[in-house]
Amino acid sequence: MNEQKFQEKIDLERKIEPKDWMPEEYRSHLIRQISQHAHSEIIGMQPEGNWISRAPSLRAKMILLAKVQDEAGHGLYLYSACETLGISREELVQQLHDGKAKYSSIFNYPTLSWADMGAVGWLVDGAAIVNQVSLQRTSYGPYSRGMVKICKEESFHQRQGYEIMAEMAKGTPEQKEMAQDALNRFWWPSIMMFGPQDSDSPRTGNAMKWKIKRQFNDELRQKFIDQTVGQVKVIGLEIPDPDLKWNEERGHYDFGEMNWDEFWSVVNGNGPCNIQRLDHHKKAHSEGEWVRKAARSYSKKQEIINA
Amino acid sequence: MSDNTKVWEVFIQSKNVLAHKHVGNLHAPDKEMALQNARDLYTRRNEGSCIWVVKAEHIISSESEDGEAFFDPSNDKIYRHPTFYTMPKGSKYI
Repeated sequence: MNEQKFQEKIDLERKIEPKDWMPEEYRSHLIRQISQHAHSEIIGMQPEGNWISRAPSLRAKMILLAKVQDEAGHGLYLYSACETLGISREELVQQLHDGKAKYSSIFNYPTLSWADMGAVGWLVDGAAIVNQVSLQRTSYGPYSRGMVKICKEESFHQRQGYEIMAEMAKGTPEQKEMAQDALNRFWWPSIMMFGPQDSDSPRTGNAMKWKIKRQFNDELRQKFIDQTVGQVKVIGLEIPDPDLKWNEERGHYDFGEMNWDEFWSVVNGNGPCNIQRLDHHKKAHSEGEWVRKAARSYSKKQEIINA
Repeated sequence: MSDNTKVWEVFIQSKNVLAHKHVGNLHAPDKEMALQNARDLYTRRNEGSCIWVVKAEHIISSESEDGEAFFDPSNDKIYRHPTFYTMPKGSKYI
């Protein structure tokens, strides 16, 4: 009965709100997805934070700082949305530290040169935007509203990344080479950010029925590739995929095989930076403990004084 | 030791003629930090001219489940709307 009413509401494109009845599986699917999304924003600060102190100009440094600050904000919007499902911030962070909750695998790759700041903003944020635009229509109200807010802020991220790549691509031969190298390293992991092909994606069924997801992984990936190919051409770089070509019949670009063995290996902890990313988060968290403690006891004191 | 800090709901007035609008929430141990966190989290792009923060536990909400029953009393009072009334032909400015 409840389940039927719930599904009717979803079919009518009405949003599910925190106090509404929902199937336990809907709740746990959302907690998994939103927390993974939140953790990705937070862990995603690390590869970019790596370059703040080495940005090539004051302008670039200010922009990068603002971008990393935005990512922190996006993580917090998403933690808030996730908490409305009845899980606490502490539990969420604990799950990340225990390896029970994942974050986007792309952040387990290192950022080796300044051009990587370009590739990350342009491709990684670009892919994230395609996904997040689609998720603005997700059925869970707080998640949907979070996505709307994030999408509004996200487009500066992609443009600043593309600007860096464009600048480097028209720079010295060495700079152009760095730009091409960054594109080579980030292209495949970026298009794999959309997740496994739908034929191999075990959870897609319910997620589509419940409108948590609104489009298939392959559909979103194709959209991203189609819109990015032209941008690559404009700045005179080359996508590292010999099979990439326009398919007149489909009206889309065909592309080569993705290396899913590598993808799963990185997801399962064997990427170049998995250990480093998590260790850094744990360290920052435990080193901040005294600040949280001091703030808590100050607040208790104030309550006593004001009582 | 638990990190349980309080949750605060954040309301922002975007321009000084408009009403404050709910934008989200945040965690903070006290009201000063709640305000400062709200500024950093919700007004990075000049979204506001004034911020309210309210402890989430102090907000009383109606249930969206029984919304219909709760709002029922106003359903059948269409005479509260100006369009309910028939005005004489030719009357103006009313």
